[in-house]
Amino acid sequence: MRWIARRLLHGLLLLLGVSVLTFAFTEIAPGDYFDEMRLDPRISAETVEALRSRYGLDRPLHERYLRWLGSVLRGEFGHSFAYHTSVGSLLWVRARNTLLLTGLATGLAWLIAVPLGAWAAASKRRWVRALFGGGTSLLLAIPDILLALLFLLLAVRTGWFPVGGMASLDYPSFDAWGKVKDLVHHFALPVTAMTLATLPVLVRHVHASMSEVLRSPFLLSARGFGIPPRRLLFRYALPVAANPLISLFGHSVGSLLSASLLIEVVLSWPGIGPLLLESILARDVHVVIGAVLMSTVLLIVGNLLADVLLYAADPRIRVES
Amino acid sequence: MRRRRKILWAVVPLAALHGLVLLAEFFAPYHYATQNRMLPYAPPTPVHFFDQEGRFHRPFVYELVPDETGMGYREDLTRPCSIRFFVKGEPYRLLGLFSTDRHLLGVDEPARLLLLGTDGFGRDQLSRLLHGGRISLFAGFLAAALSLGIGLALGSLAGFYGRWIDAVIMRGAELFMALPWLYLLLGARAFLPLSISPVQTFLLLVSLIGTIGWARPARLIRGVVLSARERDYVLAAKGFGAGDSYLLGRHVLPQTLGVVYTQAALLIPLYILAEVTLSFLGLGVAEPEPSWGNMLGELQKYHVLTSYWWMFSPGLVLVVVFIVYHHLARKL
Repeated sequence: MRWIARRLLHGLLLLLGVSVLTFAFTEIAPGDYFDEMRLDPRISAETVEALRSRYGLDRPLHERYLRWLGSVLRGEFGHSFAYHTSVGSLLWVRARNTLLLTGLATGLAWLIAVPLGAWAAASKRRWVRALFGGGTSLLLAIPDILLALLFLLLAVRTGWFPVGGMASLDYPSFDAWGKVKDLVHHFALPVTAMTLATLPVLVRHVHASMSEVLRSPFLLSARGFGIPPRRLLFRYALPVAANPLISLFGHSVGSLLSASLLIEVVLSWPGIGPLLLESILARDVHVVIGAVLMSTVLLIVGNLLADVLLYAADPRIRVES
Repeated sequence: MRRRRKILWAVVPLAALHGLVLLAEFFAPYHYATQNRMLPYAPPTPVHFFDQEGRFHRPFVYELVPDETGMGYREDLTRPCSIRFFVKGEPYRLLGLFSTDRHLLGVDEPARLLLLGTDGFGRDQLSRLLHGGRISLFAGFLAAALSLGIGLALGSLAGFYGRWIDAVIMRGAELFMALPWLYLLLGARAFLPLSISPVQTFLLLVSLIGTIGWARPARLIRGVVLSARERDYVLAAKGFGAGDSYLLGRHVLPQTLGVVYTQAALLIPLYILAEVTLSFLGLGVAEPEPSWGNMLGELQKYHVLTSYWWMFSPGLVLVVVFIVYHHLARKL
């Protein structure tokens, strides 16, 4: 427990560091949200200045930072100039959607990756190896953007899948079964794209760590005792190979979120990604900081989850701490 | 030897591709911004060897003209236009050094040589692909060099001197690695000017991508330096009174070369992708300057996505480049 508390504190310090870093970046930024207003002849310079001072943009950096920190503690994460609400209320919904997409896709990807990688590692047939190596190489080389575009093409061309969004407009009017069907319909493409984007790296790691374990003497003797191959693979070899895979789960959250951003933008998924892009173009500073911070939170939570899993799976770590 | 041959299999095509895009003006039939307003979204021009009577010819094309529906194109079969080599075309400065107007390929008037079709402004897609490759490929290359440079400097500093220097640098690295890189990249890009000249954009992208990625190489290099520092021959040299700079340059840094090469092979494709992503999202290289990213960005329009398959060509080239780089990284 103390160990988890320490990790949490570490994560919190990291967040503080990230927020200072992003805030420092805003200082270098030329101009702000109200620059566009200055160009508008109908808005006087005094009005713009009044707005700036109302939102505290004329204050020195450290004062703005402390003010912002205060609003973070209230759960507001500052103010969005473009949406005229607190950033927090914008972010929570978006973060939930991103989490849904990445969570589902990660789960699916692992469900496919573990048996596939294990099977490929255990197989001695040449064509299995060739197909496996070629397939993962190709999938690894396809950029996430291209993958997302191909899925968009599929959706637009066939019309089988809705393009963009998380639910239909008349979603509230459906009955329970209709709601489920509608959600599945909307989730299908983005989740598949995300799964394919994350799959090759996972499968490769499963393959590598399983191959290593399969060569060890204890499995040879287990086979000598006549334990059937499937039981050997999943009851004996997999738990031993699981360790590096769990840490991989923690490390992969970062690239997962990056892939998710692109897929969200291309397939119009209402996640953090499109919000971030939009606010960058509008120079909506607090939303940008909030989105970057939110992604960091997701990453830290993912790492923490991996640590807890590792703690549960590996007795050696329990003893050490 | 076998390993070396396998590495060559990756290095030679990469070198060829880089040469191709570096001399893009010569290899491209047209300038990347030359518009053919009458030929928007023209499909790739078919190259013929046999004319209407079935006689063999040197390679030639027909002029494309709008067809009866006004929606597509058909070939004007009355006049074959031969493809010629080393033709006079638009003048340019090769590598910024010599002025010339020779292009590798060209075609007799009035036809246009559009081997990969055109985009919405009727600009030759092949010419744009070559010019865009120069930006995308070299952005990745230079950013990786920058990243490795910073990584080498900070990593060896941290590994060699240890103590508080090590602590500070490694905490910094953790901070950078704690952020999802694309979010960090976009976040940092958010606070930099959006509309600037093409050269400035290119340099900005390179320095941004390179700086953000310093943490991982720095950590790896630190590890290598840390173990190299304790080698017997290094300790012996130290005992003989060798200075820090001599030790670093002569004994420690050469040890890191292996890591540097592998990291380069891993980072370059990643950074090419970073540039492509930023330009795709409209935060990088802007029109009319081509980059593989903003060329792919065209596909976000549904009618382009569904109707004009040749607009996918930058994506296809990217896949090939990545396969070769991944192969190189595995074999190093």
